Amino acid sequence: MARFKNHILVCGGTGCRASESEAIAVNLKRSIDENNLENDVQVVRTGCFGFCEKGPVVKMVPDNTFYVHVTPDDAEDLVLEHLIKGRKVERLLYVDPETKEHVSDSKHMDFYKKQIRIALRNCGFINPENIDEYIARDGYSALGTILDEMTPEEAIKVVKDSGLRGRGGGGFPTGLKWEITLKSESEQKYVVCNADEGDPGAFMDRSILEGDPHSVLEAMAICGYCIGADAGLIYIRAEYPLAIKRLKIAIEQARDYGLFGKDIFGSGFNFDVEIRYGAGAFVCGEETALIHSMEGLRGEPTVKPPFPSVSGYKGKPTNVNNVETFANIPAIFLKGADWFRKIGTEKSPGTKVFALAGKVNNVGLIEVPMGTTLREVIFDIGGGIKGGKKFKAVQTGGPSGGCLTVNHLDLPIDYDSLIASGSMMGSGGMIVMDEDDCMVSMAKFYLDFTVEESCGKCSPCRIGNKRLYELLEKITLGKGDEGDLTRLRNLANVIKDTALCGLGQTSPNPVLSTMDNFPEEYEAHVKESKCPAGQCRALMQYVIHPKLCTGCTLCARVCPVDAISGDKKMPHFIDTSICIKCGACMDKCKFGAISIQ
Amino acid sequence: MAKVKIPENKVQELKDLCAKFNNEPGELINVLHGAQEMFGYLPAEIQEIVAEEMNVSVAHVYGVVTFYSFFSMLPKGKHPISICMGTACYVRGAEKVLEEFKRHLDVKVGETTPDGKFSLSCLRCVGACGLAPVVTIGERVYGRVSPEDVKGILGEY
Repeated sequence: MARFKNHILVCGGTGCRASESEAIAVNLKRSIDENNLENDVQVVRTGCFGFCEKGPVVKMVPDNTFYVHVTPDDAEDLVLEHLIKGRKVERLLYVDPETKEHVSDSKHMDFYKKQIRIALRNCGFINPENIDEYIARDGYSALGTILDEMTPEEAIKVVKDSGLRGRGGGGFPTGLKWEITLKSESEQKYVVCNADEGDPGAFMDRSILEGDPHSVLEAMAICGYCIGADAGLIYIRAEYPLAIKRLKIAIEQARDYGLFGKDIFGSGFNFDVEIRYGAGAFVCGEETALIHSMEGLRGEPTVKPPFPSVSGYKGKPTNVNNVETFANIPAIFLKGADWFRKIGTEKSPGTKVFALAGKVNNVGLIEVPMGTTLREVIFDIGGGIKGGKKFKAVQTGGPSGGCLTVNHLDLPIDYDSLIASGSMMGSGGMIVMDEDDCMVSMAKFYLDFTVEESCGKCSPCRIGNKRLYELLEKITLGKGDEGDLTRLRNLANVIKDTALCGLGQTSPNPVLSTMDNFPEEYEAHVKESKCPAGQCRALMQYVIHPKLCTGCTLCARVCPVDAISGDKKMPHFIDTSICIKCGACMDKCKFGAISIQ
Repeated sequence: MAKVKIPENKVQELKDLCAKFNNEPGELINVLHGAQEMFGYLPAEIQEIVAEEMNVSVAHVYGVVTFYSFFSMLPKGKHPISICMGTACYVRGAEKVLEEFKRHLDVKVGETTPDGKFSLSCLRCVGACGLAPVVTIGERVYGRVSPEDVKGILGEY
């Protein structure tokens, strides 16, 4: 096997690939060949590094130089300067926003300092399409040890002792779920991996599958042994082509190596995995709906009990866990339940992966110990709010969660603290909002999503959410009255109490939490017909101040609908009957002459 | 809906596809994925053939097709435009970008331009949140799109 002196790791996650990281890898390889370095240097396409804001990311190993915003044209310089001349390419180094100094090692970047990577331990380190690299990092040795030395009961005890809770949102203890499925008697049982990541703005599971598919496969086999199942199914969104491709490669490799199939490690244990495709339905994240979808039916949930661990796929006992939950399993067996318990909080041990996005400087994928505060996540790791604006709120838990405010910044994040403050962990989406975001519009945005995604089986969700949406729309159009606020709250509570599944029961959360945390904003909409954040278009007008306008004509030129008129060097005027309120004129005006009223 | 007439050899291909999955009703979603890849969309005629082959009612197939947003009963344009309306893109101004596409193309979401060149749709998160707001046209991904960029982007096609 070739031994390379240097490795160039190129991020091959979806975000970086969208910014041409594949072309960077191709150009690097070409330049390496041209300079006769092909025996010394290897280009590796890894999974996501997490620092998506600065992508595409390229990392040089062994000296750990971390290059950001790399373009395909930079490839030649990286080879000629960095590899051949041994000089760092300064223009591609990360600049610390505070000190303005170049930082070359990711260890010293604020974005990485507070992170502990368990589920993401291999993402950005290994080539996900090469099983040997996973094995070199102790891959499949947990499975080997368990098959060799442990009974299913003993292995389940390790998971129980670790205190691992389901990372898909609910936070149900994983070991307990496995135990219940083990105790359900049946000749046939199933392990299901829920990779139907439907929360818009969340991409944790996809990144794990793209960056380290084997860790999930190994965990599924471990789970199969523990509960007595020989078949696994991965339910994945069809919208994740790269993750699907890498999973397929990984499954083939595991079969070739005898890690999947019959009589694994000579233990007599059989296990194999199949992929099932989702087709774009948020409700399929709910386990009973997911199972129906795998059976080729509409993905509608059914009443629990019976729980899937008793009667699931094809009526057989089925253990459903989410991708991130599985990714933690091999690490827990390798390092022990005690090690895992020491990380995080007492009731929520371990780490959580979050997709940090929205109006924050460092958008990306992060993994932090449970108990980290929102302030650390948003300001230390996330680098604060974009454009120096003021932090207003952060939405956790996606459409099922709620928004948290300045008052919650020092809240240590774990399952229970988030529920207690009116939000939830959800799958780990974290959307940061600034002073320009209208909370009523935000609630409306989430309700629009829920209305579209409601499966329609139960009326509280199908009809109730539609009515909630209509009330919110009325308010954002400035046509609401104070009675609407009472109606909104009452209806939200009824839906919460009566809907059939998790989707409906949590869908009013964005409404209730914004009403609780920003009552003045709702009141401004209904009492004064004003949107304090200046986002609700029906409630605003763009106006040019004659005294400030110099008549430069720039606004008239950028206006897409020709709503602005005026002679050169004379104050201009906006015809509000034509204006579509796009805001282009205000963005372009150099004299601050245009404002919203 | 206008009747779509699909060629005989394509019908056979579709039947083969069903057979590949043993005409097993539990594989319906996989068959529909394959059929949509083959034809680009799933008009009534295709659903009828699938229902017959797999021995389920047309209503059952229709129920599944309309339940999942990935399946479409309308043909897409030559260049399908998708605006990401995930939360991360939304808070970074995706709505304004969508308005601008609607205005330029004079179509609503889910429609195709009369010349069949562009179709407009929204999707929920492509997972490139670092590039928000994101627009995809065919395989090409456009990141950090502002309403002013829209005209130029459409001009590329």
